Amino acid sequence: MRPPRDIAMVVLAVVAFASAVSLQIVRDRWYPRGDTELEQILYVRSGAALQRITLSFDAVAADVYWIRAIQHYGGDRLSGPTAQTKYQLLYPLLDLTTTLDPYFNIAYRFGAIFLSEAYPGGPGRPDQSVALLQKAITVMPQKWQYYHDIGFVYYWRTRDYKTAATWFQRAADQPNAPNWLQPLAASMLVRGNDRAAARFLWQQIAKSEEAWLRRNAEHSLRQLQALDQIDQLEAVIQRFPPAAGEQYSWDDLMRRRKLIRQPVDPAGAPYVIDPATGRVRVSEQSPLFPMPEEPRRFTQ
Amino acid sequence: MRAIRVVAVNVFRESVRDRVPYNLVVFAILLIASSYLIGQLTAGQDVKIIKDLGLAATSIFGLFIAIFIGIGLVSKEVERRSIYGLLSKPVSRAQFITGKYAGLVLTLAVNVSVMAMAFYVILAYMVWTEPPTIRAGWDAPGMDPALLKAVFLIFVELMLVTAVALFFSTFSTPILSAVMTFGLYVAGHFNADLKNFERVVSSKAAARLARGAYHVLPDLSAFDVKTQVVHGLPVPLAYLGTTTAYGLTYVAALLLVSTFIFSRRDFK
Repeated sequence: MRPPRDIAMVVLAVVAFASAVSLQIVRDRWYPRGDTELEQILYVRSGAALQRITLSFDAVAADVYWIRAIQHYGGDRLSGPTAQTKYQLLYPLLDLTTTLDPYFNIAYRFGAIFLSEAYPGGPGRPDQSVALLQKAITVMPQKWQYYHDIGFVYYWRTRDYKTAATWFQRAADQPNAPNWLQPLAASMLVRGNDRAAARFLWQQIAKSEEAWLRRNAEHSLRQLQALDQIDQLEAVIQRFPPAAGEQYSWDDLMRRRKLIRQPVDPAGAPYVIDPATGRVRVSEQSPLFPMPEEPRRFTQ
Repeated sequence: MRAIRVVAVNVFRESVRDRVPYNLVVFAILLIASSYLIGQLTAGQDVKIIKDLGLAATSIFGLFIAIFIGIGLVSKEVERRSIYGLLSKPVSRAQFITGKYAGLVLTLAVNVSVMAMAFYVILAYMVWTEPPTIRAGWDAPGMDPALLKAVFLIFVELMLVTAVALFFSTFSTPILSAVMTFGLYVAGHFNADLKNFERVVSSKAAARLARGAYHVLPDLSAFDVKTQVVHGLPVPLAYLGTTTAYGLTYVAALLLVSTFIFSRRDFK
């Protein structure tokens, strides 16, 4: 049996601790702290300096920067600051991560996909994306995935099909490269690009073991599906234009029984029709918005 | 040999009395809590991060034990004046130093072994809970036996740090010993830079001095193969062998110097 004095001391300690927590909550409510601003600060930008500071714990430091990169990307994508400052730390964070742990495969591939993604889905910096992947190649020159990813950035983001074909060819030349890379490089060199090639590449990425990479590929495949549906809808609209003086609308098409219901995109959001031109686009409320720029074929 | 064993067992018992094994509980809680939290934060990199964290925690917990117990191994006996009683028994000063060192190494061996076991239990849980498609994306198997190579080299590094702490403990105060041991630990991890100093200075004398320091200071960065094993990169057995031999030779040298200094101390 404990003496009453001991019990009183334990109770007092619990009460004191609970009071401290309550005071902290009240203070935070009265004087909210600018957590978002703090998050945008990167104190050390030199990977070499960090490598020395962290002694033999550089892998753990790399993990911390990796978590920060994901939080930064996710936070900015969901809401975050203005366009000028959005994603501004993504490249430095990934660069630090990969300097501290040069074999951090997923950090390079994450960078390849998300650094090059156009605003507001990403910072729209394919140059940084390629720089990060080239850094990966200096460490692991035999991994065909990095050459493929550079090719993909040139193909999907900058529309530089000839450079993309060169990188796909370099990927095909690496050991253990899949056999579909060689024909892909050849066909891209000959006829540029089309939606089928885009679908094929995203389907390859969708086979990745990384869940987030698969999710991103599935999202892009749904966008491509939406582009196909938009083509079909616009064909119907051009075939059955509204009566003179009337505007394009889904109601008009449904009334004339050209459509049985208002069309929805693969994410379930209704398509939007331009009343003046009849052009169809995905709604800004759709999870598929913003849509990628349409790939093009060579014209010559 | 018996005298060394008796001193060593006493050091081990004392560390148990000092509640050193409590760090194992902290280690287990840290890993269990992080294995849950990290899964929510890391976009599928949880097993890699758990491995990094487990190896880093093994290293840092061991480092604290090696430094904070190592620095008191001799100086505490002198401070408490129990050294007089000890040396009046049939224990030579060399046996005393070796026994003290062996006792702390035994403590570290038990600690590192239990941490490695806890580490593998957490990894087994992660392997069990993750679907095969996710496991296929890992750089190395979840319960990769190669992790033991990193754990082993961490242990050899801790043996070296313990010898450094014991060395300082033979002639200095505990606080100063802690500062110097930690300083040498940091310098030991920068050591590889000294090797190529001639590339950044034009003075030949400075380059030679740096090269000399490279050989004299313990080369601790060589014991760090954590990144390689986590990513499933090969760590040749010959590398393990030569690095271990280097560590043990350095330890022997430090123990000999410590014995020499301790033998010359006058406790009258």
